[in-house]
Amino acid sequence: MSRAWAIIERELRRFRRSPMLIVMSMIFPLMQLIVLGYAFGGNVKHLKLAIVDQDGGVPAVKIRELAAAVSSGARTLDLVDYTDQGIAMTDLRNGRVNGVLTIPPDFSRRSLTNSSPRVALISDNTDTFVSATMAGTVSSFVSALNAPTTPVRVEGAAGLDVVEVYPYVPYIQYLLPGSITMSIFMMVMIGGGIIFIDDKARGLHEGYLVTPITKLELVAGFNISGTIKAVLAGAVIMVLGSLIAGVPSPLDPIRLLRMLLVVTITAFSLISLMFLLMVRVTDPLMPRAMFGLLNTVLYFPSGAVYPQAGFPDWMKVIAAVDPFTYAVHAFKSLLLKNTGFGAIAGDVLFLFVFSAVAMTAATLLFRRTL
Amino acid sequence: MSDNAIEVKAIVKKFGDFTAVDHISFAVRDGEIFGLLGPNGAGKSTLIRMMVTLLQPTEGTAVINGFDVARQADDVRRSIGVIPQAMTSDLELSVEENLLIFAKLYGVPRETRTRLITELLEAVELTQWRTKQVKLLSGGMRRRVEIARGLVHEPRVFFLDEPTTGLDPVSRTAVWGMLQRIKSQRDLTVLITTHYMDEADKLCDRIAIVDHGKLVALDSPGALKASIPGRDPDSVTLDDVFVHYTGRDLRDALQEPSAADSPFMIRR
Repeated sequence: MSRAWAIIERELRRFRRSPMLIVMSMIFPLMQLIVLGYAFGGNVKHLKLAIVDQDGGVPAVKIRELAAAVSSGARTLDLVDYTDQGIAMTDLRNGRVNGVLTIPPDFSRRSLTNSSPRVALISDNTDTFVSATMAGTVSSFVSALNAPTTPVRVEGAAGLDVVEVYPYVPYIQYLLPGSITMSIFMMVMIGGGIIFIDDKARGLHEGYLVTPITKLELVAGFNISGTIKAVLAGAVIMVLGSLIAGVPSPLDPIRLLRMLLVVTITAFSLISLMFLLMVRVTDPLMPRAMFGLLNTVLYFPSGAVYPQAGFPDWMKVIAAVDPFTYAVHAFKSLLLKNTGFGAIAGDVLFLFVFSAVAMTAATLLFRRTL
Repeated sequence: MSDNAIEVKAIVKKFGDFTAVDHISFAVRDGEIFGLLGPNGAGKSTLIRMMVTLLQPTEGTAVINGFDVARQADDVRRSIGVIPQAMTSDLELSVEENLLIFAKLYGVPRETRTRLITELLEAVELTQWRTKQVKLLSGGMRRRVEIARGLVHEPRVFFLDEPTTGLDPVSRTAVWGMLQRIKSQRDLTVLITTHYMDEADKLCDRIAIVDHGKLVALDSPGALKASIPGRDPDSVTLDDVFVHYTGRDLRDALQEPSAADSPFMIRR
């Protein structure tokens, strides 16, 4: 295998002289982490709620007071008073307000006579996040309206106490496992796949093929050098990302060691997959075209940005064979739950078997001649 | 063992229905400089690629240094040096690093690597450039790096596929001069393909003319010139020899669309 080390040495010497490659493969995942983490992780605020009070009675005033309390407290809502329901609806359709809360003329009478009083929330459901937040907020203060003014001394209704095992996980921390995996993938594609095909197109591989190097040595050389490069990228994002996302005890040495193991096996599985896909490719455009496709097919079904439980069945099948899924799960276990090897053993085993199968297939498919 | 470093017998290479090399046979003696002449698409590169184990022959055999290219490919690879047509040095690496990596790929022992590399860099006059990245060198200097790289494991047979194509006249002359000097210092057999008739005339002991995948003539430059009927051998050039055996001028042939290029290029 000494010839494989010559390939590794050559690849790493080249890598050292390509600082732009190193920077570019790390900037994208870091930017993604910061931008997506803060864009998706915040609470929705300042939604414009039109209130059309057609009643004006005391119960209606109470609803408006409760809405005003939410507006001045959590600032989820900004209230806008309307006297005309038609104008409010026109403004809703034109996007000037996000919802219209209508208090009908008989609300107070029904409320005082316990005759099922109702208010109506009409919301712009083209944005489900906004409409769900608005419905939840309005429901909460309508429920408050129904609460007895004097607390019941002995509560008869069943209650629910929610206990969270782990500290609050902001969305940026939830995204971090996917960003680490993405940084490994970026380096695999840019520093592995694209360079491999470019070298092949330039004829550099012809130089290797006239030497006595074996197929296995060549494939192992490319895979190990690609793994080393990807581990460097993954390790940097692992540390920087943990600091940026505010992961508790980001430099805990035991966790860092466990993380490094997952980074390494993830890098090896992704470089093996890449090499399997590229082993017969000669067109330099192919890896560039595949980059976007693989990014979508591997990253999004992995549960990095959205829980897999919400996927349709066909996407769950993709997720089940996607190495990203296992890498993201292992990183989540270590970063967000600080678990031991027991929780990630299945992930590591899958990635190891995946790497072995992909590398064996790539070696078999590799052509020793032109 | 025979005196021949290279023995090619009825070798054929087909790409689908297209025959790129059609039953070519020849032998190259130990220590000879052997030239392969022919236009683009004549089959020269395909022929060389079969001899250096980059392509499997469809039929026939080639024996290099006593090793069959199909059955003893690794033994062939250990005993030959190859300079492909394209510039294949690693531009990001230094001159010395390029040689070092290939020395390792050929399994040159650690204790002899440094000495060999130093000697070769002196031979190709690149000692003062040894730490420079190859991308900083001129085309002629890069070719010299490749020549040194091809000799880093002390091969007995050296294959050069159009080593001077694309170089300016000064660089071309320098490369040929260097090859002659290296050849005089080593026990080396050289097989070279070129478009430049005058250079082949001066440097090659024997020349084979290949056209449309077939060997159309093979002899020393003098004998080839003498074979032209009704002409004084002193006034005959290799261009005349080429026209006589192929029925066309080399420059015309070079500009013809090459049927052989297509299947080959697709395979690359």
